[in-house]
Amino acid sequence: MTETTLTGRFAGLANPTRFLALADRLILPMAVLSLLLLAAGLVLGFRAPADYQQGTTVRIMYIHVPFAWLSMMCWGVMSVAALGTLVWRHPLADVALKAAAPVGVVFTGLALATGSIWGKPMWGTWWVWDARLTSVFVLFLMYLGVIALTRAIDDAGRAGRAAAVITLVGAVNLPIIKFSVDWWNTLHQPAAVFRMDGPTIHPTMLWPLMITALGFTVLFFTLHLAAMRTEVLRRRIFAMQRLAARREEGRSA
Amino acid sequence: MLALYVRDLKLGIRAGGGALVGILFFLAVIATVPFAIGPELTLLARIGPAMLWTGALLASLLGLDRLFQADREDGSLDLLVLAAERHMLPLIVLLKCLAHWTASVLPLVIAAPVLGILLNMDPLANAATTLTLLVGSPAVTFVGAIGAAVAVTLPRGGLLVSVLILPLVIPVLIFGVSTAYASVNDPAPFLPPFLILCALTLFFTVLGPLAASAALRAARG
Repeated sequence: MTETTLTGRFAGLANPTRFLALADRLILPMAVLSLLLLAAGLVLGFRAPADYQQGTTVRIMYIHVPFAWLSMMCWGVMSVAALGTLVWRHPLADVALKAAAPVGVVFTGLALATGSIWGKPMWGTWWVWDARLTSVFVLFLMYLGVIALTRAIDDAGRAGRAAAVITLVGAVNLPIIKFSVDWWNTLHQPAAVFRMDGPTIHPTMLWPLMITALGFTVLFFTLHLAAMRTEVLRRRIFAMQRLAARREEGRSA
Repeated sequence: MLALYVRDLKLGIRAGGGALVGILFFLAVIATVPFAIGPELTLLARIGPAMLWTGALLASLLGLDRLFQADREDGSLDLLVLAAERHMLPLIVLLKCLAHWTASVLPLVIAAPVLGILLNMDPLANAATTLTLLVGSPAVTFVGAIGAAVAVTLPRGGLLVSVLILPLVIPVLIFGVSTAYASVNDPAPFLPPFLILCALTLFFTVLGPLAASAALRAARG
């Protein structure tokens, strides 16, 4: 029952006009919500106790960790969109994939940058080629590859399907990133929040982290929706331009 | 099936200098190394396996964009995709990859020990590097098939193919080089990284043709 209504709802969104109406209604409240969450999370983060070893430097965690989580979640969203393109042939799936990639690459780049800034005082180096850093760097390169691919092919449908295949193949990297800290001996610390035996991080630090993570997640979906709306409108304009050019041609002939 | 393999092999060898250009490129890459870092023999010997792997990797990327494009231009790719009812498309892609590997990558592997001598590598390291190249290079071709299939409709997809697949072949490079080093440096065990390299090749043997055939079907629709 729930499944049929869910697929029904997704099928309804296949109509771009309906999607645009929904996006118009959602984007502003979501942006406000993410701003509120981020403000609350950052204030809480600054009031949370400093780490006994790292001092106040630990506070960069409240933005570094959400960026890193979201860089992986974005590829997950893109993989689902890729399935939507190849399996269910949902007309908006390739729009979702194309719109998510630039957002994802920014989050991944920010995760790498904040990690570097955190690593310099703590590890004494901006960059090491350990498993976690390398695998996230590979993710960064794959985002750039997908973006290059979606912009290299003119035909939107064909570009979407090609990017979908690459996205699904690249999804192999996600478990490697997640478990890289367990499989190899890395300078990067092992997982502290999502563990079988519960988080090892103290609640006073966990709460601000969770709130900023939620805020960035809402921010991600806001940006994603806005980018999708832009893409749909861009395709519409493109189609109208072609139609107008054809009419012009017909009139002159 | 065998006919397809032989046809692709002949095309690969006869078209445009075939494997020779790849080997020359490989030679050029290796020859620039001593100029770039200086002709110090011990240093060259130490970085030899890594340079051989990098050179072979770059050289094997060269002809990849032509893997399906030539067939697309003369229309035989459509026939192969349509024949999928009789022969599975992934199997056809697998055969095409194997033919490409035999025609353009295997010569690189054979040339590798000769170039290793230029880098002052000792015989054991040379043999180990060649062995890891032999085992690991098919994985590069199979991953490359995905990139080639995705970019098949692009007139100049060569650079894009390289950009797309280089991140995916990094694991192969890591384990190939670490296996080669493990054979020289005594305390490091040789077998575990070598087996992981074999596993990677087998994994991409399955994933590559499957994904590439999905991309080829999508490119037609």
